[in-house]
Amino acid sequence: MKGEAAKEKIYGTPKLRVPIPFSMFCPGCHYGIIVRLLCEVIEELGIEGRAIGLAGVGCSFGPFTMLIDVDFTACPHGRAPAMGTAIKRIHPEAIVFTVQGDGDLGAIGLGCFMNTLLRGEKLTTIFLNNACYGTTGGQMAPTTPWGMRTTTTPKGRDPSTTGFPLHAAELTATMKGVAYSARCSVHTAANFQRAKKAVKMAFQKQMDGIGYGFVEFLSACPPNWGMTPVDCLKFLSERMIAEYPLGEFKNANAIELPGEWM
Amino acid sequence: MGEKVLIDGNEAIGRGAIQAGCKYFFGYPITPQNEIPEFMSRELPQIGGVFVQTESETASVYMVYGGALAGARVMTSTSSCGFSLMQEGISYIAEAEMPAVIVNVMRMGPGIGTGGQHGQTDYRQVTKGGGHGAYRCIVLASYSPQECFDHMQLAFHLADKYRILVLVLSDFIIGRMAEPVELRTLSFDEPLPQKDWALTGKAKKGGMRRFYVSGLIMSPPAYHQHMIEKYQTIVDSEIRYETYRDEDAELLLVSYGSSAKMAKGAVDRARAEGAKVGLFRPITLWPFPEEAVRGAAYRVGKVLVVEDSPGELVEDVKFAVQGRVPVHLLGIWGRYTPRGFMAAGSGIIYPEKILQEMRSLL
Repeated sequence: MKGEAAKEKIYGTPKLRVPIPFSMFCPGCHYGIIVRLLCEVIEELGIEGRAIGLAGVGCSFGPFTMLIDVDFTACPHGRAPAMGTAIKRIHPEAIVFTVQGDGDLGAIGLGCFMNTLLRGEKLTTIFLNNACYGTTGGQMAPTTPWGMRTTTTPKGRDPSTTGFPLHAAELTATMKGVAYSARCSVHTAANFQRAKKAVKMAFQKQMDGIGYGFVEFLSACPPNWGMTPVDCLKFLSERMIAEYPLGEFKNANAIELPGEWM
Repeated sequence: MGEKVLIDGNEAIGRGAIQAGCKYFFGYPITPQNEIPEFMSRELPQIGGVFVQTESETASVYMVYGGALAGARVMTSTSSCGFSLMQEGISYIAEAEMPAVIVNVMRMGPGIGTGGQHGQTDYRQVTKGGGHGAYRCIVLASYSPQECFDHMQLAFHLADKYRILVLVLSDFIIGRMAEPVELRTLSFDEPLPQKDWALTGKAKKGGMRRFYVSGLIMSPPAYHQHMIEKYQTIVDSEIRYETYRDEDAELLLVSYGSSAKMAKGAVDRARAEGAKVGLFRPITLWPFPEEAVRGAAYRVGKVLVVEDSPGELVEDVKFAVQGRVPVHLLGIWGRYTPRGFMAAGSGIIYPEKILQEMRSLL
């Protein structure tokens, strides 16, 4: 049998992707893929009615807030975990997640983020690591690898004066209140599928009331890296993954509490 | 009549907030307001509320922002240095027009401020904004524990009525001074708008999502025009002040907070001596009762501002009277300052000092 009846839709735009007919990101940026991934995960978990997103300052600010069809707010620089804490404490049944870049979470908001982990909040964080300040014009971020040239490290990042890259997924995994921590990438289809599983897991930990879920994404920034989108994929798979290995760093089914303590 | 209890201004803030239906408190310890978070940490869990001890006032203010976005009555409290740390968040809350309440129990400044002494040195900051962007907050200045209790109820009401941040201004002396407080419920005979804009998850709103991206919705002139109109409505409707024995006065004291309490005592003592003096006490510092101060000052003909500061309220009073009436100031130099080792423990402008100043002006 040939014709319309034989066609089966196996892939399409996720229902939660707001039908704005452009990605809002630069050509070759991976954030549009991550928006899609989040839409699919939220839809498949069936939490769109109680999901509340918070986006940090940077390329996540407007686009993530507008493109995913759930309650969402853009936040001041680095403060999404504090605002998310209040929302989650007031609406414990809500699934609260933050989307933050490397400057937002790793620099100006690192204290806010670490303290949110210390308090053992039950939130989910999507951390976007593109090795630079994207919106602001490609300055050095806490995640800029050694030797990488940025607009504030014109000769390349020099550890003797600018220190060492932040490994957020490994750091997060050391915190007691964290149930899940992983680093992913979407630069190949296989990695997209792995990343989707990781993000699902990070949401599931919150849905099950276990603890904090954290997923770091390596992502390309072609205009600021000064490379073509294709060259970015090469740089990401060689240089970025060498510095930031992909994988799970923590996956806990329960967080042990001390017994008698008073 | 509600039950009467002997409590200090700080506890009155906590009790007033709970009376107003506030169940969520986010705060960081700082002297002299610690009784507020301590009280809230004890009381809120018992009524199904939440107390979060934050890592900084920066976190406090953003939890208040998040909590307000979630549609709840939320608050924090702090003191001068901590209030400075909150300015960025206050600007964001003002921009997003989120209803919330922040209490500032003032101590001496600037900087860390001589070890957490009494002071009234935040007037300019609370009334003119300390954050960026030409915003306004309603400021209620309490001068007694009873008023602290009442003002918390008024603050939450006004916050919800106008979708605005309300600051309740107390100080070291009011915060740590106990008086009988009547635990009364204030009723405000006006409906409050529904919080259909709150982030609660869209299932609770019939599938209709809400999202906030500041700065992308309106053009800057349209946004500021909207805010100008809203602020003007507040100026037209919410000015509050108290006048005391000023009918036939020949000298008008203008004072707020703990200094107004001292000034009131000084007025009674001066009247007992036959001196014709009265007191004008602004209760809303923004909107400032400009016309009322002007009217009273023109009628009386001479003004003495009393504030425990180098002189901040006096600027608004001078602006109001437009140079037509002499305005004198008894400022921080009027504080009781014992000599020697304990000099650092000074603080408070006593009624005797105010009385002395009034005699020299009459």
